Amino acid sequence: MNTQALFSQLLIGLINGAFYALLSLGLSVIFGLLNIINFAHGALYMMGAFVAYFLLQWAGLGYWAALVIAPLVVGLLGIVIERSMLRWLYQLDHLYGLLLTFGVALVIEGVFRNEFGSSGLPYTIPSQLVGSYNLGFMFLPTYRGWVVVLSLVICLATWYVIERTKLGSYLRAATENPTLVQAFGVNVPRMVTLTYGFGVALAALAGVLAAPIYQVNPLMGSNLIIVVFAVVVIGGLGSIMGSIVTGFGLGVVEGFTKVFYPEASNTVIFVIMAAVLLVRPAGLFGRAQ
Amino acid sequence: MTKPGGGEARTSVLDPGALGPASPATAPERVAEWPAHHLAAFGVMVAVLVAVPFVRQIYPVFVMKALCLALFACAFNVLIGYVGLLSFGHAAFLGAAGYASAHAAKVWGFPPEAAILFGTVAAGGLGAVIGTLAIRSRGIYFANITLAFAQMIFFFSLQATFTGGEDGIQSVPRGTLLGVFDLRQTTTMYFTVLVIFLLGFLVIYRAVHSPFGQVLKAIRENEPRAVSLGYRAEQYKLIAFVLSATLSGLAGATKAIVFQLASLTDVHWTMSGEVVLMTLLGGLGTVFGPVAGAFILIGLENYLAQLGAWFTIVQGAIFVVCVLIFRRGVVGELGRLLRKPL
Repeated sequence: MNTQALFSQLLIGLINGAFYALLSLGLSVIFGLLNIINFAHGALYMMGAFVAYFLLQWAGLGYWAALVIAPLVVGLLGIVIERSMLRWLYQLDHLYGLLLTFGVALVIEGVFRNEFGSSGLPYTIPSQLVGSYNLGFMFLPTYRGWVVVLSLVICLATWYVIERTKLGSYLRAATENPTLVQAFGVNVPRMVTLTYGFGVALAALAGVLAAPIYQVNPLMGSNLIIVVFAVVVIGGLGSIMGSIVTGFGLGVVEGFTKVFYPEASNTVIFVIMAAVLLVRPAGLFGRAQ
Repeated sequence: MTKPGGGEARTSVLDPGALGPASPATAPERVAEWPAHHLAAFGVMVAVLVAVPFVRQIYPVFVMKALCLALFACAFNVLIGYVGLLSFGHAAFLGAAGYASAHAAKVWGFPPEAAILFGTVAAGGLGAVIGTLAIRSRGIYFANITLAFAQMIFFFSLQATFTGGEDGIQSVPRGTLLGVFDLRQTTTMYFTVLVIFLLGFLVIYRAVHSPFGQVLKAIRENEPRAVSLGYRAEQYKLIAFVLSATLSGLAGATKAIVFQLASLTDVHWTMSGEVVLMTLLGGLGTVFGPVAGAFILIGLENYLAQLGAWFTIVQGAIFVVCVLIFRRGVVGELGRLLRKPL
């Protein structure tokens, strides 16, 4: 066994895991409060990458600006989606939220595919992050290391805010019983709106991070989001730490599968999902429904 | 404000007053009888479909595609309309059956009836496996799990050798039905598809309007209560799932023979989304809704084909409009106007 190949697949696995973690974290936060699975998550991730691309092409704003602006822009769009459409569905079966966001995803992807076809647009790595470190056993490209570290930091910061701060305690309380929290004077509808905006902004951030690694492509979201759904099922919907741990973990498992049994690398996550469902139907970290 | 998406006042997707068909009769022994308005609507549907080959302006292959997908949508509707389970992976059954029947017809030289039967049975078997795993969950979990399994089937179809990868299985022979009818003739093929569609439609109608169907509705409305009455909810749901998968397979196997092609399109998740849209547009839980939805959507697709990605945008927009303001669907609204559930 070539250790060089093993470690480089492990790194690719960690990178994928970083994206799984960021996306499933956003899905979990949204699901916790709104009780909907945001099918538009992949499309909004794709939009994050495109906003970064537009900023560079039209405004001359580079990667670092995009890292801040793209999540804000897409988060704002998320707020518009929540205010104008999702909010009419809260009294109905949750499945309508799924169907609505699926429709929104089709519209967004259709618009971008219409304009940009399905081939990828290049986005260069910022000059500060070009190059690689020699770790002794392998070369670590700086940008890839940056992606893993930054997404880990953001995931843990999100976990800290939700689980350890006062704001987070309002959020968790509203997840348990919104009517009561409302009665205590917390503006729950606004919290719902901002939560959706935040979850979506996380997806856009992942999109900006992905732009230099994969290309900017209208289909990049739909290819990823179904795997992320499986990740979410394995981790357990609504669990913050669960989605971070399973996101990174499954990325690594996928990387190892590429080394030892490449034919199964596309399906290994789905196989794990089936196995987890047999043993723990609510997911590894989820509470029973 | 009540809990978003929660609380007591929430109306179910399948609130029978709003969407689902009321039970056709009150006395259990009359359950199987057709109410007059269903009989009339069925008569109109059959008359129109029989007339199709004699109208020169209509392209029969288009109608055959719509018929296959209409049967697919009806099969899908069994789950969402009568059990309240939204499957987001039904393309797996359509596509897998297509591959199975195409392979049987082309490589093993099966006659068309045997190839279609083989594809149907294969989809039923797949449905039993996936159903056993998926049926333990509900709501959004169920949608996610079925989607993930369908994606597994998609990757399998992409990588396996017998499916032909990106090319699919091409130039599948249509063959001679029962050794008598030459299916290479379009009209013969058309009536074969029509008979298969009507057969599937009647099986579904009979199933959901039987005591079995009544139990499914009871489980949909209140599962713990149905269980406390002694019904084995899991088994009922599994049977409904397998029925739905089998008939989706019948649609997929027939489609492969008609188009002489089994390809990745039919296993892709966009197809799973399309069948949801057809059923939603026609009317969830209505008898004729999925058929109407399939014909409208396939018609639109045909009409907008030259616009490329615009069709995706239109599909998405229809989804959004249906969910926001048109939840009963075309047939559901029509039924409400006529005060008869169709």
